[in-house]
Amino acid sequence: MQPIVPLEARLLRLGLLLALAVLVAGLVLPLGTLLLRAFQDPDGGFVGLANFAAYATTPSLRLAAWNSVWTAALTTALVVPLAFGFAYALTRSCIPAKGFFRAVMLLPVLAPSLLPALALIYLFGNQGMLRDLLFGHSIYGPIGIIVAQVFYCFPHAALILAVALSTADARLYEAATVLRAGHLRIFATVTLPMARYGLVSACVVVFTLVVTDFGIPKVIGGQFPVLATDVYKQVVGLQNFNMGAVVGLVLLLPALLAFAADRWAQRQRSGLLSGRAVPYLPRPRRARDLPLLVLCLLVAGALVSLVAVAIWGSLVTFWPYNLALTLQNYDFDRFDTSGWAALWNSVRIAATAAICGTALVFTTAWLLERGSPGGAVAGAVRFIAGVPLAVPGLVLGLAFILFFNHPANPLGFLYGTLAILVLNGVVHFYTVMHLTAVTAIRQLDPEFEAVGASLKVPAVVTFGRVTVPICLPAILDIAVYAFVNIMTTVSAVIFLYGPDTKPASVAVVHMDEAGQSSAAAAMAVTILAITASVKLLQLATGGLVARATQGWRQR
Amino acid sequence: MNRRTLTATALALACTLLPPQAEAQQRTRLTVYTALENEQLAPFKRAAEAAVPSIEIAWVRDSTGIITARLIAERQNPRADMVWGLSVFSLLQMEAQEMLEPYTPQGADALRPNFRSDRSPMTWTGMDAFVSAICFNTVVAQQRNLPRPSTWADLLNPAYRGQIVMPNPASSGTGFLTVAGWLGAQGNDAAWTYMTNLHENMQVYTHSGSAPCNNAARGEYGLGISFDMRAVTLRNQGAPIEIIVPTDGVGFDLEATALMRGSRNLEAAKRLADFAVSRPAMELYGRYYALVALPGVQPAVQNYPAEFEQRLVSQNFRDVALRRDAILREWSGRFDSKSAPRN
Repeated sequence: MQPIVPLEARLLRLGLLLALAVLVAGLVLPLGTLLLRAFQDPDGGFVGLANFAAYATTPSLRLAAWNSVWTAALTTALVVPLAFGFAYALTRSCIPAKGFFRAVMLLPVLAPSLLPALALIYLFGNQGMLRDLLFGHSIYGPIGIIVAQVFYCFPHAALILAVALSTADARLYEAATVLRAGHLRIFATVTLPMARYGLVSACVVVFTLVVTDFGIPKVIGGQFPVLATDVYKQVVGLQNFNMGAVVGLVLLLPALLAFAADRWAQRQRSGLLSGRAVPYLPRPRRARDLPLLVLCLLVAGALVSLVAVAIWGSLVTFWPYNLALTLQNYDFDRFDTSGWAALWNSVRIAATAAICGTALVFTTAWLLERGSPGGAVAGAVRFIAGVPLAVPGLVLGLAFILFFNHPANPLGFLYGTLAILVLNGVVHFYTVMHLTAVTAIRQLDPEFEAVGASLKVPAVVTFGRVTVPICLPAILDIAVYAFVNIMTTVSAVIFLYGPDTKPASVAVVHMDEAGQSSAAAAMAVTILAITASVKLLQLATGGLVARATQGWRQR
Repeated sequence: MNRRTLTATALALACTLLPPQAEAQQRTRLTVYTALENEQLAPFKRAAEAAVPSIEIAWVRDSTGIITARLIAERQNPRADMVWGLSVFSLLQMEAQEMLEPYTPQGADALRPNFRSDRSPMTWTGMDAFVSAICFNTVVAQQRNLPRPSTWADLLNPAYRGQIVMPNPASSGTGFLTVAGWLGAQGNDAAWTYMTNLHENMQVYTHSGSAPCNNAARGEYGLGISFDMRAVTLRNQGAPIEIIVPTDGVGFDLEATALMRGSRNLEAAKRLADFAVSRPAMELYGRYYALVALPGVQPAVQNYPAEFEQRLVSQNFRDVALRRDAILREWSGRFDSKSAPRN
């Protein structure tokens, strides 16, 4: 006899299947189309592992692989503790100006990666103002890569950790204090274990970002070989898509690692914030707050000054020979045919992707965590959600061309439209949005759903009335994260824009390549102004949102 | 505002952000892929649309590598109607994959023989030549006592140790063009010996073809090996650089035009291809480049030596294109594996 499946369970299952379908169409099939090429010759004949064998004999491969691993590991080791301290200060201390620090924390992702690269050249390049600080070492190489990556990855790690640390049960801390545990012991036995999932995620995200990013090594890495620039060499330099697919597959290894780490962290978890939880509110304590404030000031100072240098760079006539200030660099129509229109394209793409993407990501994350009993579909979605982080943008862009431009593809009408840029953006940044959503949802006790169920309230209603409002700050974080990243990304969309849909971030690269670095900086600064306004808007409305939905956190 | 209105508003907002349908056009809209410089796009479009009133040009412009990769990736369902202003090496690669529509534009027979396809009908027609050249920063040279080089051989001078940048030929067409030029001018063995010696003076091999000149203009390095057109934009902004076309033989590449097989607007594209080889078009190219495909057109561009043409290495583009893989493998084996940065 068939067990009777209640309507609701079937609906939830359907939702999950729908999410799976979107991810399959937007990621698995395109990527599969490309990665199949790793086993083919340029004419489409099957060659087995011959390409891998050829790649393994590339003279610089071992060096590139080693360079990728050590720069990524060092960056992770630098960024995660720094980001943890910063996030800890924002969530568990009583330092002033938290709103300011929260905004500054995001600065690096608000601008295209060319902006810090230019700023570093202005500061530490061979004509740089502070080049003596490098004691004769060159910024072009591992030093430049690591400094730029630390800058670029910091907000990604800090965002995840701030969410992980933002909810805590005060009763645990009360219990620990009553048991006379010292501050350090409480930190080690209560705080760290509760943030464990966030810490693992942050490490995985930073490591993978560094391994797959080719923009920074390309601009400031000199010829320091890393795996990600191998993809660039194969795809753009040699138009050898088969080899590009091989390197792309190799770069997926971190994703497998991430998946394993995620499963491990999930097995370790327990309900963190139960329905009876009392929200933790930090009380002022000088010995903790003062060092944290100093840390925040140092980090914020570094982030702000790098951006300030770039803004100044956008106003000079020609660095370093003519430092007269001018606004001409902002007359984009002089430098690029799409001019200011590119900015409007970018805003439309990013806003659409932020709205649709956040709805998709958060609902999917909730369905995975709470809505359905799991099973093969849930496992598949969970795995697929972790993949985009490890896919270099170039590989994703190429995969989109090969899949959506195929004459037999019924989705081919999307090609060349803004819609494909939107889909690409959502897919490209899916992982971090997903991790943020999951982190936020996991901090809620499943009892909420259990209580809902026992009151015969459909799970969907619990989702709408309880989960979404509680997680609203995280949801807004996700939407803004999507918006700013899509405003600034280059690597995937450079293959996908059409005559009327060129995004501003691509225009920045074009102007820099054409030797108009001041104009490129100016366009980057304009993008920064837009993304920063959106972030400020979020912060401004954050107070309203908090009053409307987070009152329960107050005792 | 309750939640439902909020959702509805969000969805409505999302819909308005998507593009409206393009209005119906009278003229045929041609999608033209190009690697021309940004400042060339507007004048080229204006001239072509004036000469062929039935067309409208929609550019997709990017660097040579990106545009070539896009065209090849789109092979099964081409989106470009034609290519106007792309390296001939890229076009030969596409010719080998049967991606080009054979068509001999009216008047193409008058072009220099080495500047047009040897097939009949032709698969591509040349526009102008661009050469590998040295961007020389005069201010840095003064500070560091660097002599002005006039030949490639001069670059082996130990005074330039750590002062030279060039593009990695495996990442950049400009880099490959330079290496191919040395091989053509000096012969195989001598050229590889030359590159091995030059490697000692090299600071960095960059991934982008224009970065060496951009960096030389910013004073990051004294000398950047790049292509000639790049320097003009930089000088106009006030960069203290001089463009040097070495006298001992330079490799060159053509900007060229081709029709894409599978274009939905083939007839209109043919009219544009006719214009691309016409005398007015050649005069337009001559505003930016010193050597154009049509003999007898006097280029208007300044600062080129009179005997510029004699400095070009005579090379067979198809031969070089066929040897590309072998050359790059050799280069990578020699220089890529020991490419840890020098300080």
